[in-house]
Amino acid sequence: MTRYSVVGKPLPKVDAVAKVTGRAIYADDMLLPRTLHCRILRSPHPHARILAIDTSAARRMPGVQAVITGHDLPVKFGILPVTQDERALEHEKVRYVGDPIAAVAAIDEETAAAACDAISVEYEVLEPVMSIEDALAEPKDERIQDYGGPNNIHKLVALEFGDVEAGFTRADHVREDVFFFQGNTHLPMEQHSAIATYVDGKVTLWSSTQVVHYVHRALARVLQLPMNRIRVIGASHGGGFGGKTDPFAHEIIVCKLAMLTGRPVKCTLTREEVFYAHRGRHPVLMWVRTGATREGRITAMHFRTALDGGAYGSYGVASTFYTGTLQTVTYDIPAYRFEGCRVFTNKPPCGPKRGHGTPQPRFALELHLEKIAHDLGLDPASMKRSNFVKPMTRAVNWLRITSCGLDECAERVIEASGYRNRTRRSGHGMGFAISSYLSGAGTAIYWNDMPHSEVQIKVDRGGVTVYCGAMDIGQGSDTVLATIVAEELGLQPADIRLVTADTDTTPIDLGSYSSRVTFMAGNAAIQAARKMRSLLVEAAAAKMGCDSSEAAVVAGHIGDFSFEEASVLAEARFGTLTSAGSYTPPKIAGPYKGAGVGPSPAYSYSACVVELDADARSGLIDVNKIWIAHDVGRAINPLLVEGQIEGSVYMGLGEALMEEQAFRKGLHKWPSMLEYKSPTFLDMPEVETFIVETVDPEGPYGAKEAGQGPLLPVPPALSAAVHDALGVWIDEVPVTPEKIVEALRRKEKGEPARFGPARFPAIPYPPIIKVEPPPKDLDRASTAAI
Amino acid sequence: MRDELSREVERVVVALDVNGERAELLVPVHKTLLEVLREDLRLTGTKHGCELGECGTCTVLVDGRPELSCLLLPVQIEGRAITTVEGMARGSDLHPLQQAFAELGAAQCGYCTPGILLSAKSLLESNARPSRDEIREALAGNLCRCTGYAKILEAIELAAERMG
Repeated sequence: MTRYSVVGKPLPKVDAVAKVTGRAIYADDMLLPRTLHCRILRSPHPHARILAIDTSAARRMPGVQAVITGHDLPVKFGILPVTQDERALEHEKVRYVGDPIAAVAAIDEETAAAACDAISVEYEVLEPVMSIEDALAEPKDERIQDYGGPNNIHKLVALEFGDVEAGFTRADHVREDVFFFQGNTHLPMEQHSAIATYVDGKVTLWSSTQVVHYVHRALARVLQLPMNRIRVIGASHGGGFGGKTDPFAHEIIVCKLAMLTGRPVKCTLTREEVFYAHRGRHPVLMWVRTGATREGRITAMHFRTALDGGAYGSYGVASTFYTGTLQTVTYDIPAYRFEGCRVFTNKPPCGPKRGHGTPQPRFALELHLEKIAHDLGLDPASMKRSNFVKPMTRAVNWLRITSCGLDECAERVIEASGYRNRTRRSGHGMGFAISSYLSGAGTAIYWNDMPHSEVQIKVDRGGVTVYCGAMDIGQGSDTVLATIVAEELGLQPADIRLVTADTDTTPIDLGSYSSRVTFMAGNAAIQAARKMRSLLVEAAAAKMGCDSSEAAVVAGHIGDFSFEEASVLAEARFGTLTSAGSYTPPKIAGPYKGAGVGPSPAYSYSACVVELDADARSGLIDVNKIWIAHDVGRAINPLLVEGQIEGSVYMGLGEALMEEQAFRKGLHKWPSMLEYKSPTFLDMPEVETFIVETVDPEGPYGAKEAGQGPLLPVPPALSAAVHDALGVWIDEVPVTPEKIVEALRRKEKGEPARFGPARFPAIPYPPIIKVEPPPKDLDRASTAAI
Repeated sequence: MRDELSREVERVVVALDVNGERAELLVPVHKTLLEVLREDLRLTGTKHGCELGECGTCTVLVDGRPELSCLLLPVQIEGRAITTVEGMARGSDLHPLQQAFAELGAAQCGYCTPGILLSAKSLLESNARPSRDEIREALAGNLCRCTGYAKILEAIELAAERMG
């Protein structure tokens, strides 16, 4: 086994001291000389035409420096090239309560807010569309968006891999279920914030974003400036979870206001506005039909989803595919049909939240298989395990599976929790579930052949600086970069200087989403560091008069020299010492339209057991303990991996028990941190974490993702545990006391002992595109492109 | 509109004792301690998550007890000792809580960290070896979205052990 000096060690994060001393500068902490403050006027109506906007009174207010409306920023933008449907400020139509209409820059926030109040907007109020059912029906007034359709449908997908009908015919048992996963939001502790300057014809923006590059692109488009006139810098980041992955209106607005006023302009959203910015978990209604043999082997599966997308596209097309894609990378499904639908509604737009589009179908799939196991009289965990995919295979929808520690993860949590021999008594239960997630999306959001991540290294008289566009959002991507470069150069992470997330000074990285940074920036960093290492080794060996293989790189030394001496020798020999590395994912997508969503260079795997007490009278749940095992390939820093796993379990538990983005008459029911319930210190049970290392053939040192996958099995494991405890199925997230009590009431009355959606609506899915499964000779996965 | 410009904002002179340093300021009477710390004294280590007293992010210590700076007015606490995260380290030496949080990865995005550190400091000053349940109870008003609280709990225990 390879021995590493810093990889695999639980070292503190490189920014730990800045974070614990309050020294880290977040966007709202910045206050440049002459900064103006911006407030945004937002729609009070969920759906309305804008007839007129009068800003004259606001403009006359002392202290107001600029007022802008949609006429000043008419160009539409959006994260996906196919859905450029947003405006920074809307002047024609508003589509949700909170849609931005006008913005003010003033000498202080109070003046800006008062000026917003002085803007008068004349609306023609339209009928709001607030549910999936309403969106599928003919609109009473007009459609929310002018694309997609019919009615308020945004996107429809229908794909079939293998012969599904034959699979059902072959089955001994076929079962159908309907599930619902309520929407919820990221609730980062830090509100979104951005500050812009305009100096010498050049815009600079500091923002709390997960992706400086996509903000850069959106700014260039909307401000109609060349990208070289715009610089985007990621400020210290106070939490994203997917919620800061889109380019946002306020980021564009402060740039425009800075251009107009010639002064720095800052905008920090209020907590209420953060709920409207949203881009969180889609509410998804799901129908699933599965055929299985008597022994519990899956013969075919048909999965239908309907996503409530909110008012705009955001990542929605990708989200729709994701609700149907990753089912196949955990279970060997020989024939699979997926029909997906996303609708527009008059709510804040949904987008990517931790697990993007996959926690909802994972909840449905895991509970559905649990029910099939009950039907067949099988142990659910054993039945699931008998269907697990094998490493180095291709799924029926062409997804390439390489390293896979799924069975080991399952064994670890089953063994540790005592799931097999659990105490069977009313009111006490255990539930088991598994999951998988991407280590980065295999295709970019906009079509291009360029690398997804690039790293440059400069060595100068012993000092090492690493440049990379990656954005550390608290998950520790800076630490991963420093660790990798330190490992390759025989140094410590603290020896490495970092310049990250700055579009002027760092090479591209596509940002912190889809769990891609460790895998992609990590591989780019290894490549760059090894090139640098060879320069240093060559120079040291030449001086030593020996072969390069004899100049060992270890503990701050290269051959007979200190690192600093070696770097001086190398600089004398080669001139300026720089090296670069890049990473482009392998082209492994299947040969069909829509195949771009789902492929990843590697998948992580998780397994989870939840143990709880549930009270039949009140429906209250007391989670006692959660066991979680996660196949991370290799833990580059086990401390950080544990942190990601524990944080994922926490967030999954919040979604499972309480988090809910709900609306009443077009209004968000609880846009505050008090009313939007999230778990406190008192709500968190003990979590026992197992890191499983499968050493992925393509991951950096074998590493895969850790930040999203471990969230996924928590909601279904919790619901399965409720069934284990009380004998009722809660087929809906969140699993609340009211739902449990209602299900128990139904059970007593002799009705089906469940709470969940009664039916799945009729959706005009398009004709199914039939895709041949991959040929058998592709079954042994390789890095070779298809 | 001129009325708006000349609207009378009542200002008061306050003398605050922040991290052992006295600061005299002229501030609008309605400006919160959170705003005064961040904007007037530029002590931006104190963060804000809701400005409604719901999340605990803006926690500071007043005479050693945790208080939400978004709900306090400077005039209420004149002359009392205010401690912010900037006042925890002694010179370049981290407070044992800061050291433990750094070592154990208890700060991920770090945004809730200052408030949590101060709540924990207050706890350990009144209860040198708290039980896990006592830690949970004392920190229940501080939300964190990154860590699942696990590493925070471990770090507080480690600091308590070292301080003991």
